[in-house]
Amino acid sequence: MNQDVLLSARNLSVRFGGVLAVNNVSFDVKRGEVFTLIGPNGAGKTTVFNLISRIYTPTTGTIDYAGPGGMLRLTDQAPHQIAKLGIARTFQNIELFEHATVLQNLLIGRHTHRRTGLWSEIFFTRQTRAAEIEAREKVEQVIELLDLQHHRESMVAGLPYGVRKVVELARALCTEPKLLLLDEPSSGLNVEETEDMAFWITDIKEELGITVLMVEHDMSLVSKVSDRVLAMSMGTELASGTPAQVQSDPGVIEAYLGSMDDVSSLRRENHKVSA
Amino acid sequence: MQLLQLLISGVAQGCIYGLIALGFVLIYKATETVSFAQGDLMMVGAFGGLAAMTMLGFPFWLAVPAAIVGMGLFGAVLERVVIRPILGQPAFSIVMLTIGVGYTLRGLITMLPNIGTDTHTLPVPYADQVLRLGQLVVSAEQIVVIGSTAVLCAGLFAMFRYSKLGIAMQASSQNQLAAYYMGIPVKRLNGLVWGLAAAVAAVAGLLLAPITFVHANMGFIGLKAFPAAVVGGFGSLPGAIVGGLIIGIVEAFSGFYLPEGFKDVAPYIVVLLMLVLKPNGLFGEKLRKKV
Amino acid sequence: MRFLFKTDYNQDIRLAKHGGHTFWYSLLGLFLVVAPWALPEYWLAQLTFVLIYAVVGLGLMLLAGFTGLFSLGHAAFLGVGAYTQAIMVNAGIPFPLALACAGLLSAAVGMVVGLPALRVKGIYLGMATLAFGFIVEEVIARWEHVTGGNAGLMVQYPTLFGWALDSTDEFYFLCLVVTVLATLGIVNLMRSSTGRAFVAIRDSEISAQSMGIQLARYKTLSFALSAALAGIGGALYAHKIQFLSPEQFSIIQSIDLLLMVVIGGLGSIHGAFLGAIFLIVMPQLISLGKDFLPEAIGQAAGLQGAVYGIVLIAFVLFEPMGLYGRWLKVRTWFQLFPFYRKGLFKRQKTFQKSDRLK
Repeated sequence: MNQDVLLSARNLSVRFGGVLAVNNVSFDVKRGEVFTLIGPNGAGKTTVFNLISRIYTPTTGTIDYAGPGGMLRLTDQAPHQIAKLGIARTFQNIELFEHATVLQNLLIGRHTHRRTGLWSEIFFTRQTRAAEIEAREKVEQVIELLDLQHHRESMVAGLPYGVRKVVELARALCTEPKLLLLDEPSSGLNVEETEDMAFWITDIKEELGITVLMVEHDMSLVSKVSDRVLAMSMGTELASGTPAQVQSDPGVIEAYLGSMDDVSSLRRENHKVSA
Repeated sequence: MQLLQLLISGVAQGCIYGLIALGFVLIYKATETVSFAQGDLMMVGAFGGLAAMTMLGFPFWLAVPAAIVGMGLFGAVLERVVIRPILGQPAFSIVMLTIGVGYTLRGLITMLPNIGTDTHTLPVPYADQVLRLGQLVVSAEQIVVIGSTAVLCAGLFAMFRYSKLGIAMQASSQNQLAAYYMGIPVKRLNGLVWGLAAAVAAVAGLLLAPITFVHANMGFIGLKAFPAAVVGGFGSLPGAIVGGLIIGIVEAFSGFYLPEGFKDVAPYIVVLLMLVLKPNGLFGEKLRKKV
Repeated sequence: MRFLFKTDYNQDIRLAKHGGHTFWYSLLGLFLVVAPWALPEYWLAQLTFVLIYAVVGLGLMLLAGFTGLFSLGHAAFLGVGAYTQAIMVNAGIPFPLALACAGLLSAAVGMVVGLPALRVKGIYLGMATLAFGFIVEEVIARWEHVTGGNAGLMVQYPTLFGWALDSTDEFYFLCLVVTVLATLGIVNLMRSSTGRAFVAIRDSEISAQSMGIQLARYKTLSFALSAALAGIGGALYAHKIQFLSPEQFSIIQSIDLLLMVVIGGLGSIHGAFLGAIFLIVMPQLISLGKDFLPEAIGQAAGLQGAVYGIVLIAFVLFEPMGLYGRWLKVRTWFQLFPFYRKGLFKRQKTFQKSDRLK
């Protein structure tokens, strides 16, 4: 397997009852790049994410990942083992811990890095204290990157949507991932917030060296940050390549906008308005 | 023959459990709250029937509908006053609230001078009559229980299947906010459901009264109805009845064939088996969150 | 009005967050230590009960309040602990060893009861725990040659290293030590990663898994710890009341325990203590109040049940954050005086969403 490749999906298919949500999808994610999945709603993009996070099991196909010990078959892992391998994700409909503060949410993100056992925690030994302080320091770095100082002690349940999206991103970063799965990072954000998100994704890629696999609808964001794009529709691959290549692919245009036949009746020349 | 005898008494007892479980499931289906007050509502229904017959002097055929309608109204009022303000709170709080309601009802009935602490007989016209089919002895109470349950179930089934009410109830239980937006009068619906559940509980109480007599601790039978609802699957109305029948039959047979003490424990062992084998009950639906 | 300027992570981590905390808790500690000399014997006995119930309450708070797992049969663990302790002490086993065994056996039972938790959620889990509660109660009643069945079981005084703790004072100190250790243990747990993992499981299981939290392990751990605390509380309970019988560990007792944590304030450690105080003090208040009520109401048998029910309803309706929540509001009122606004603690209005889809 190419040293360059971090995640490799081959012939991935998943069937829910009679619905083939993902149909024979294959792609590679290279180290250090931003790889985006685009496609109309219902294309199966989030399902692919859920397959990687092991929330679902593929009906056929495999996902291979360059883990700490070499390539391993991701589809053999249990859901809670994914984080330890260095894969973190955000959720489309925010899944934060509502009745905890932002700080606690971020600290939970550090869970895979815990070094203390049950008994040393019950007695709160020096080791536990040191581990807590170290976790706090790491979390502070993320808070500083994403400008969340203001909200550190706020209960998540009371925060506005835009802030929650950022907290969700922060929590994923706290796991110190090698691969970050972002599910529609800009959905629900206004123009300024989306610009901030674009800067952050670029920072994550360049400063933190994290590979990003993203699902996105906002084409300007996609063109700004992505290195490569895969377009999906109805569970199948349509086109892949650079953002420019994919956006001009006729199959992709048809999937989004419909074919010439569908739109020709809307063209101005064909609308004769009687005086 | 013994088998058939046990079966009949098991089915009759199971119908009672099924009716109480039906009340739970009605409320659960509509508002996704679990009501621990059903058993005590049943007890109040039985006392209501008693009061109608002894204190108000109604004849049986008037007292029964009066008690049922009365309990229905009481249930709707209960919902309006106590349950409605807390919708939206975590399920645990609502359960505790219904436990509190049950406690209060039991306490208040016990406090009634002279009436609360005694055991009373409900004067029903079919008391002590039996039907003999060969060697089989079936008491009139059992026949009435089984018959009434069947009629009630058919009625409810028809209502849910063929009316918009049923769909509206399910919608509001799955996503209340969306139901509001669709123009479903969620609050009124909840009141209706609670009223209905209380009325069903009253029916159960009136059917049970000739068998166990009317007393303030009748409500504890309600605890056996929970295994019934679990076995049937908490979101399913036919499941509640089927679950009740299963529990009733299991109880009857274990009371006879197994050593003493197993009779009370058997329903709970069935629950545990069910949760291991088929966690969502016989007719329950397995739903997963889509993220 | 207190403003905390934090310059050190330790300020966030340590237990006493500021001078006020240290002061008031030291005062409380002082009071608890001199209580045997300050309080009449009857009230000291009641305080001992409060401590015992608080230990059990801590366990239930951990399970229901912090991990979000429904336990409707918690009295079963109390019973297992109580009977284990009684049987062992009666057989001559030294007190500390018996106490440890009571805790461990309850923890083991807790892990078994927790097995359904790995497969089912919400009300189904509640039903499973309810079922276990009934089964354990029945087993205690039927296993006569070990537990004495319905006839009951006498319990001897605890003896610690040859020293018989047979006075109210001495037993009180024993309970105080156990309670303080249990509280410190739980508080330490909640401020480290295991405690946070519990809270994560309560709020979003899918999210917790994607953070690397193994659900099965932590749910089982929560049940085990919760049951262990209930078992230890049960062991002390056995020594306190000196006579055990199965109906002390029935569903009514389980509901009382739940009542305690809900009224105390779900999700807070203070809640366990406030709830325990409520549970012990309420019957006293009712009997005191009986004299002021008209004959018909005061002497009625169902009064206590009715009052409990009404209080529970009132708390759930008007003060969902429990006694601790009410205390927080009062304290904030004083701290912010005169700027306290009515809506400060108002919860976001939530609309009910299907629990099945959680």
